[in-house]
Amino acid sequence: MAIADLTPNAADRAPAPPRGSVIARAPRQRTTAWPLVDRVAYALCWAVGVGLCLIALAIVLFMFFKGIAYLRPHLFVESPAPSAVQSQSGGFLDPVVGTLIVAMLGIAIAMPVGVALGTWLAEYGRPAWLARAVESVIEIIAGAPSVVLALFGLLIFSQGYLGFLSQTAASGGVFGRSFFAAGAVMAVLALPLVVASTREGLTRLPDRLREASYALGRTPATTVRRVLLPAIRPDIATGGVLGLGRIIGDTAIITILLGTFLDLEKVGSVPVLGTLRGTGSTLTSYIFSNSPAGEGNAPGKAYAAAFLLLMIVLILNGIVTWLTNRDGQSDGGGLSRALRLLPLWSRLTWR
Amino acid sequence: MPPPVRRIAVDRDPYVAPPRPAGNGAVPASSVATRLRTARTSSVHARERMRVESLWLAYGDNWVVRDVTLPVRQGEVLAMIGASGSGKTTLLRSLNRLTEITAGAARSGSITLDGQDIHGFEVNDLRRRVTMVFQQPNPFPMSIFDNVAYALSERPGRGGRRRRRSTAIEEAVTDALHRAGLYDEVAGDLERSALRLSGGQQQRLCIARALAAEPEVLLLDEPCSALDPISTATIEELIVELRESVAIVIVTHNLQQAFRVADHVAFMHLGELVEYGTSEQIFDRPTVERTREYISGAFG
Repeated sequence: MAIADLTPNAADRAPAPPRGSVIARAPRQRTTAWPLVDRVAYALCWAVGVGLCLIALAIVLFMFFKGIAYLRPHLFVESPAPSAVQSQSGGFLDPVVGTLIVAMLGIAIAMPVGVALGTWLAEYGRPAWLARAVESVIEIIAGAPSVVLALFGLLIFSQGYLGFLSQTAASGGVFGRSFFAAGAVMAVLALPLVVASTREGLTRLPDRLREASYALGRTPATTVRRVLLPAIRPDIATGGVLGLGRIIGDTAIITILLGTFLDLEKVGSVPVLGTLRGTGSTLTSYIFSNSPAGEGNAPGKAYAAAFLLLMIVLILNGIVTWLTNRDGQSDGGGLSRALRLLPLWSRLTWR
Repeated sequence: MPPPVRRIAVDRDPYVAPPRPAGNGAVPASSVATRLRTARTSSVHARERMRVESLWLAYGDNWVVRDVTLPVRQGEVLAMIGASGSGKTTLLRSLNRLTEITAGAARSGSITLDGQDIHGFEVNDLRRRVTMVFQQPNPFPMSIFDNVAYALSERPGRGGRRRRRSTAIEEAVTDALHRAGLYDEVAGDLERSALRLSGGQQQRLCIARALAAEPEVLLLDEPCSALDPISTATIEELIVELRESVAIVIVTHNLQQAFRVADHVAFMHLGELVEYGTSEQIFDRPTVERTREYISGAFG
């Protein structure tokens, strides 16, 4: 019989089994038959998952209510002022601007370097010993506590020949603290995430894409530039946003390399360059300084700033989710890509 | 294993497999075949473009192509048939030196294009003259227009997403799409992502891309194996049409397809060229026993 006879027209087809039919569904998996040890372990896993959700929820809710209570519009437009009285210590305009500057500087350095490194590792990687060495170095950077990176950065940027990037004291000593210094070290912090996502994206691309390009007489370099990198734009963007999140959330590098004053201190009279050479603060150092542990002791403002910071990070996470979900056609969905990045991400953020 | 293409019947007219029972959705294969074969012009004016001369090819220590000598002529289609592992794809890939991207590939013997050794060419110049279409449709993840424009030797104008295009590029792209028989289907929106096309359209886009480089030889590596019968028929007609302007080499597992499109057929087995001849001769009067066995489905 021809196949056509077996497939009736859509109109003739019944939409579902007749009413009253017994419909069997897959039974829920039960653990009652499991060994006791497995059941206990299963319950623990479940409890840990729920517990983590509760903690995260508690943090967000706590910050939300505390933050909303203290968040006032004027905080966004006033500079911090040194005062022991909370009502006179100004707002967090400078820290917000500082956060933006550091994030932009850091990501502007990390993106090109990271994409270049990731591409080299995935597409060329010769000589092999050098590629292995670079991989190890990136692992080390990814695993290094940011305070160590900060200390090393201070050492570098205090060198006399790098004095033009920060402030030089009358005695000739170089402070080594500036937006330039903090931004550069922040770039190192974000680099592993950009490298990992670029590399991950490139290795996932099928070889037939490369062959198709070679078969048209295109060089490997052209192939990378015009086919491969455009194809992994979402991966690169994801790496960048993850890196941005890490930069915005870091405190150690800011306190060591950007100074302890909360307002922007320019060096010299050149408008933009002066600010970049000067010191300042970010939301993280503002929170630290205003928390009960810091000098400012204005917990209300710390809560408000913490709320703002949390919102920024949550928005960035939302952007990552959106970017990874946007093109789900090629690789089993954005979720799998996000999961592949998760080990690195968790190692970096929850230490 | 596909059914035998034809029964060997010397005293009768060539027998073409009858169409399948109507109503099963398949294209009546023989009507296409008849149409294609009657549309044939004789290949007397075919001109030799490439020549493979005592070619040996190896991956590591494994010699997968052994002492093959073969002409590739413009104005006709050369089909390479043979079981898996017979070296036909490797031979095809060596024609535009794609074998070289595999580590450990080695070669002995010569391949010439218009009398010049292809290993004397700059490799990317060669690959623009001898382009290739692969088994799986592999459009780049960009717009239809950009896919074709990518193969042109000059770059589309700069300027980010909204590219400024010269009319020359526009013309070259539409011309390539016309030649690949895709233009009418996609003319409405050339900015659409190529990944949204159907499998058959994607493969024709890949052919358009390969044609845009203005090649002298077009290599097709099982171009229809991932496609449904309707798309296959479209592409086969296209191949026969293109034959006049470009020399075509096609690797196929589908004997009926080889019979439908090819003027000359090369049968390979375990790296060796067992038999080479006109399509009629190979399918009607194979001189080697192995060829006879293969085309009648006795092994493979």
